[in-house]
Amino acid sequence: MTINRRAFIKANAVAAAATVAGVSVPASASNLITSSDVTKLKWDKAPCRFCGTGCSVNVGVMDGKVVATHGDIKSPVNRGLNCIKGYFLSKIMYGKDRLTTPLLRMKNGQFDKNGEFTPISWDEAFDIMAEKTKATLKEKGPEGIGMFGSGQWTVFEGYAASKLMKAGFRSNNIDPNARHCMASAVGGFMRTFGIDEPMGCYDDIEETDAMVLWGSNMAEMHPILWTRITDRRLSAPHVKVAVLSTFTHRSCDLADNAMIFTPQTDLAILNFIANYIIQTDRVNKDFVNKHTNFRLGVTDIGYGLRPEHPLEQKAKNNDKRAGGSTPINFEEYAKFVSTYTAEYVSELSGVSIAKLNALAELYADPKIKVCSFWTMGFNQHTRGVWANNLVYNIHLLTGKISTPGNSPFSLTGQPSACGTAREVGTFSHRLPADMVVNNDKHRELSEKLWKIPYGTIPPKPGYHAVLQNRKLKDGELNFYWVQCNNNMQAAANMNEEGFPGYRNPKNFIVVSDPYPTVTAQAADLILPTAMWVEKEGVYGNAERRTQAWYQMVEAPEGAKSDLWQLVEFSKRFKIEEVWPKELLDKNPSYKGKTMYEVLYKNGQVDRFSINQVPSDRLNDEARHFGFYIQKGLFEEYASFGRGKAHDLADYDRYHQERGLRWPVVDGKETLWRFKEGYDPYVAPGSDFQFYGKKDGRAIIFALPYEPAAESPDEEYDFWLSTGRVLEHWHSGSMTQRVPELYKAVPDAVVYMHPDDAKERGMRRGDLVKLVSRRGEVQTRVETRGRNKPPRGLVFMPWFDASRLVNKVTLDATDPLSKETDFKKCAVKVVKV
Amino acid sequence: MKISLTKLTQYTVVSLVMLMPISHVVNAEDKDVATLRNAALDDQKKPSAIPKVLNKDVKQVRNYPMQPPVIPHHIRNYEINLNSNKCMSCHSRHRTGESQAPMVSVTHYMDRDGNFLAEVSPRRYFCTQCHATQSDVPPLVENDFVDMQSMMKAKVSNDKTDKH
Repeated sequence: MTINRRAFIKANAVAAAATVAGVSVPASASNLITSSDVTKLKWDKAPCRFCGTGCSVNVGVMDGKVVATHGDIKSPVNRGLNCIKGYFLSKIMYGKDRLTTPLLRMKNGQFDKNGEFTPISWDEAFDIMAEKTKATLKEKGPEGIGMFGSGQWTVFEGYAASKLMKAGFRSNNIDPNARHCMASAVGGFMRTFGIDEPMGCYDDIEETDAMVLWGSNMAEMHPILWTRITDRRLSAPHVKVAVLSTFTHRSCDLADNAMIFTPQTDLAILNFIANYIIQTDRVNKDFVNKHTNFRLGVTDIGYGLRPEHPLEQKAKNNDKRAGGSTPINFEEYAKFVSTYTAEYVSELSGVSIAKLNALAELYADPKIKVCSFWTMGFNQHTRGVWANNLVYNIHLLTGKISTPGNSPFSLTGQPSACGTAREVGTFSHRLPADMVVNNDKHRELSEKLWKIPYGTIPPKPGYHAVLQNRKLKDGELNFYWVQCNNNMQAAANMNEEGFPGYRNPKNFIVVSDPYPTVTAQAADLILPTAMWVEKEGVYGNAERRTQAWYQMVEAPEGAKSDLWQLVEFSKRFKIEEVWPKELLDKNPSYKGKTMYEVLYKNGQVDRFSINQVPSDRLNDEARHFGFYIQKGLFEEYASFGRGKAHDLADYDRYHQERGLRWPVVDGKETLWRFKEGYDPYVAPGSDFQFYGKKDGRAIIFALPYEPAAESPDEEYDFWLSTGRVLEHWHSGSMTQRVPELYKAVPDAVVYMHPDDAKERGMRRGDLVKLVSRRGEVQTRVETRGRNKPPRGLVFMPWFDASRLVNKVTLDATDPLSKETDFKKCAVKVVKV
Repeated sequence: MKISLTKLTQYTVVSLVMLMPISHVVNAEDKDVATLRNAALDDQKKPSAIPKVLNKDVKQVRNYPMQPPVIPHHIRNYEINLNSNKCMSCHSRHRTGESQAPMVSVTHYMDRDGNFLAEVSPRRYFCTQCHATQSDVPPLVENDFVDMQSMMKAKVSNDKTDKH
């Protein structure tokens, strides 16, 4: 760039600015306002509303409006930094189209599935919801009602929802959108360690020598963790970064070893590394002997499709046996992985032998501390639990785990996927603190803590996310409430499952959202919802850090928080209307009470007085219900995990801290779990103890490479991978309403290799459609820019409400985790 | 039902005029409430062309002092990787004399612990994590965010009015 050009630009800029302003600059405008009464901002802390990194944000408020946000310098997570989305948090609540009144589809003054959205009061909204719920309960029983929640719910919201469904309505048909995101990670943790969530923490980044990204594009999806990785890599030159992906993206810009592999072959690469460690005699035998067991997993487990699908007809073990395994010894395991040679895996994956060996050496070399990071590449995978198991294998074989700098780290996508979806247990099979509904003891303990009769919680797991859409389509799930997410846009195979499901005349669909989303458009009733700092909240991030914030501004008049909606709705039911007589007879004192009195005003949740809410603080929910409901829900919830390696601190402390990593024991957080000296739950003298398993040993699983559910063929000749972009979060319902973020990346384009485009007579910018066996979506071709797919693969983000790529994707899921594979299906791309 | 751009504009205008809490349902007969879509769910609007990136080097006023400025020029083929950072060839302190480009903020010299380094901190190395170009498109949905400056001005002028 030359000065001449600059000078030209500068002259232009002044002219342009004057044109924009339309007037000459008045003298008064240059006056500086200096009175501190006027310039003072009220600053407070809150975790970011977006991803699972859990950055702390300073939020500046003036006259009841958020006017500024910036990275919290006191937060150990982000130390003053935010990514571009975080810096624009100030504007996410102020989209002009905020919803402020419930809207019901009506015709001639009545609800009509095909009617127009018509404003109604909250009272009328609850009337019709109660009417539809009661009719469904009568006709189908508890299995006819369901709820779809979120890893963006606050901890109290998820807890209140779970209790409402499992204890109140006695339905386990509640699942969070974290099913699309974290379920395979949970499955991996439970299977390998018997306890959920990472053993390490972000501090590992500053301690490590090598970082490996497995199918994760952290530069865009976890930008602030990427700043820490970049900081480590560039400030300590011996540090190496390896990136594995199915296409080249921004994270590759920092990579010493970037590897583009054929989709699904990550399973083989993981087994190759295990084999390499064994073949080069670098197994940490002492660690392996003392702290691990080996098991052989069941294979040929199907693809989580509808039972009539040919792939399910063909699969041998796609039933209850799918998660099974049998004990083996080290020699048998070594033999199992011995077929994964460099030659075979290089051929299968398309990664060169030299690169594979360099990657394996990072794990095998005992002198190198190594971190592995993954998110959707592993989790959204029809063998997602396996992929998680396999990456733990290589850390366990080498003993590179649970110590500073040695960390297999499962990243999360949502701000409270860990805190709410996982820890609270808002999944269809889970209860708080890693407990599950199909375990008698777990139900009994939960019922005791909830002060409800034995036998209230149904033992059968409910419908998970993907099954919910199928059951809606089949007309078996008739009352359905979606909160805090945009699943019509997010769920795979919208054309065949989601859309016909929501619009099935048998079903009544309620959607709570701050904005009129695609999901809201598919609903029958839309509830206007308060968001982020318009309510008090607690989120839990990916490193087990629990963070709280106060309500800072009022929601727009008419919008109510998810918590208010859930608890207020519970008042509409007498307990007799939701529990059978036999159950109620076990606790006759509940007779005549409302569900609200049994679940929330139960002597526990309401035990903290409204006076405990600081008088200078907003708290619309507490003041509405007349007690400190957030604290009451949090403390009742925390009673599930205290003393069981899930300890949380007292509620009030979280308002003082920049978060604490659980288990919080004797007031101290835990940075590394399962390692003596760091984790108070490890028995003295045991060095390591994987106490999630009865014998304290983690499991190394022998699991093979198996092909994807759908691969390119002659007609559908591309792999389609979907995902996110840095500037938009998830479906874009918040970020697309921030003009700067919208203009940064306005539309979802399809990224394609230039030669693939050329071969099809396409050029950058051409109008094309992606066509799969299930549907099609139109967009524009992009042959340059931040993503560079190899030949034979295209990538399209899913944030764009006007270009719904999930009309094309396949709802194949991991049979163990029930999480959809959004990264692999077959499409063709044709010019329109 | 398809909503044209004109209709969207009308709708916004009507919203402004009505200034009522239910202003977003101006078209009471409208089933297509998803403002980011403006089409039926089983419909497909023709995707607009890939827009041009604004390349006029005209600074945009920040929404608040801490906001990272947007990039007022295109950055096509700018490499930021292990070997080089193209942005810094104009925006680093010692190049700004020649380039007359704005110097990166002083905050960028601070490490995680708040110490100032002699050079930009590696944690700030990838500029595009906070700074983005802007496409030449109107906002999809208007945003009612209020700049603190206009709030302060209102307060000051109210003060003056009160005194009169």
